[in-house]
Amino acid sequence: MKIHEYQAKQLLAEAGVAVPRGQVARTPDEAAEAFTQLGGELAVVKSQIHAGGRGKGRFKEYPDQPGVVLVRSADEARDNAARMLGQTLVTLQTGPEGKTVNALLVEEGLNVARELYLGVVVDREAGGPVLIASSEGGMSIEEVAKQFPEKIFREPVDVDFGLHAFQARKMAYRLGLNGEGVRSAARFLPALCRFFLDNDCSLAEINPLVVTDDGQLIALDAKVSFDDSGLFRHKELLELRDLSEENEAEVRAAKAGLSYVKLEGNIGCLVNGAGLAMSTMDLIKLHGGEPANFLDVGGGADVEAVTEAFRIILDDPNVKAVLVNIFGGIMKCDVIVQALLTAYDTVGFDVPLVVRLEGTNVERARQMLADSGRDILTATDLTDAAKKAVATLQ
Amino acid sequence: MAILVNEETRVICQGITGKAGLFHSQQCRDYGTPMVGGVTPGKGGTEVDGFPVFNTVSEAVQQTGANTSMIFVPAAFCADAILEAIDAGIRLVVAITEGIPVLDMVRVKKVLDRSAARLIGPNCPGVITPGVAKVGIMPGYIHTPGPVGVISRSGTLTYEAVWQLTNLGLGQSTCIGIGGDPIVGSNFIDLLALFEKDPQTEAILLIGEIGGNAEERAAEYIRQHVTKPVAAFIAGRTAPPGKRMGHAGAIISGGAGTATDKIAALEAAGVVVAESPADMGAAVQRAIEKKRA
Repeated sequence: MKIHEYQAKQLLAEAGVAVPRGQVARTPDEAAEAFTQLGGELAVVKSQIHAGGRGKGRFKEYPDQPGVVLVRSADEARDNAARMLGQTLVTLQTGPEGKTVNALLVEEGLNVARELYLGVVVDREAGGPVLIASSEGGMSIEEVAKQFPEKIFREPVDVDFGLHAFQARKMAYRLGLNGEGVRSAARFLPALCRFFLDNDCSLAEINPLVVTDDGQLIALDAKVSFDDSGLFRHKELLELRDLSEENEAEVRAAKAGLSYVKLEGNIGCLVNGAGLAMSTMDLIKLHGGEPANFLDVGGGADVEAVTEAFRIILDDPNVKAVLVNIFGGIMKCDVIVQALLTAYDTVGFDVPLVVRLEGTNVERARQMLADSGRDILTATDLTDAAKKAVATLQ
Repeated sequence: MAILVNEETRVICQGITGKAGLFHSQQCRDYGTPMVGGVTPGKGGTEVDGFPVFNTVSEAVQQTGANTSMIFVPAAFCADAILEAIDAGIRLVVAITEGIPVLDMVRVKKVLDRSAARLIGPNCPGVITPGVAKVGIMPGYIHTPGPVGVISRSGTLTYEAVWQLTNLGLGQSTCIGIGGDPIVGSNFIDLLALFEKDPQTEAILLIGEIGGNAEERAAEYIRQHVTKPVAAFIAGRTAPPGKRMGHAGAIISGGAGTATDKIAALEAAGVVVAESPADMGAAVQRAIEKKRA
């Protein structure tokens, strides 16, 4: 689960991680008010969407308006906010459709001496969390890894203890900090790691981490996401979820216990199992088609699950054909066909449906499909299924 | 011979009084697996469908001589269940449960690395040595005994592969689903090493997917240490970056973990990579022929 920058900064501040002073604004007047209350000569107005690249992003409705802007007066804050709130911000990460900005974060300006990078993630290879730091702040860590791999430093984080003081000092010296900078890092780095562990984060990234001209480390930006599997023990975090940032069909699928990801193609897929579902997409592409979605209906594949899955797939206006690919193991194919037929009748199909079944009782299941009187194409194997689905579009 | 599961395997199920735990314990018993009992705290001393139930794993081990545990405990309590199995001296722990918090698995891994136990999973279909025993949720009848070792991050995609192998007359020595989570107990390399040493296994099929770099590391290991023919399939060529594809571990992040990179690494290591999921069984045949030539 992702959260907004302003939410991340509130949580980080509570955990003892230094962040700039700032206020959330949901109207242009609130933005002006925030500028006045911050009391500085300069403030930054930042669009709050889950995607990155906001500074370079521009609004659909106001092509000259950047997603992050420096302002020098309350009026300037208000005017900019009016061109941002409720408008559609397009960045490299949002895709061409962009995202609606519903909130702004207005923050004090800082005297920045240096920009660094800090991130905590779970390293699969190391089998635990790792703190990553770089002297190259402001650019993506993937880009730094390509251009300056020697400028990336890593420290494993003990899952029970957190980051040791010596590790924080080691990291500080590697980053070229000294004096007050080292002392500030000795507070900042362990606090960030502790925050990551205490909240079951999957990512806690501070980019850039700024060093002010008096040597203080402050999180200028913050990107935090949580391990969905850990959320059951952090009920308070669930309130931070912003459903408007998520794909409606994906949210609906999750509620029904389905795993769905919308794609750009026109052949909808309904599959049992994540690996087989990915492979089915690949297979469609291999035979010249484009998958419209990933959909894992789960092990059960009962009437309710299949019906809701069909509805979600068919609600996508791009879908011109549907391919069902089920390997019936413990769940027998004839039982699955019964669910498919009931769902087929309930939903009402107006595009071709190709069904490929394999596994337990497959012969009986195929006969049931053939005898059903419905306009369903049956496939003999995986390749046949993909070819038939692609052929229906021609 | 085979690996992990053999004639000496004696299995208990942690979470045996739950719906899934009981159903699959029955299925395993029907397949011929020596299911010697189960564990559910608070229900010790009772019996469920002929399975004796114990309060603790250690008691179950003492009473039944179990050396293997199949775990169906809910995600919130599963890490604790795995730790209990390790503590009780269980040799092979198979965790079927999906949705264990990643940091819980980090804690389990710390203990696991210092123990003699081997963990398969979590979020996996389990392990089967065809004709001998199955410890997991896979449909038994699609398997047939033979020379091919199968290692996979997936469930139904593995069944698909096994079905293709069986229909081509290629039986399996042992099939293992290592799980779809970012952190799993055993990785490709651990099991490649066991298959390389196993006299029954003559060829290996590796089924990977997007996310992480386990396949790249496996490719490097194969290049250096595996003499047996290896075929592979990687799922997710069409998966978009930044999106989790069902499995918690199946995500391309920051340009890393793509199917293209994995396929390139495996091919560079001499592995025969199937282009289509319909071609996994045939790819094993080609790998065997390629080695012979």
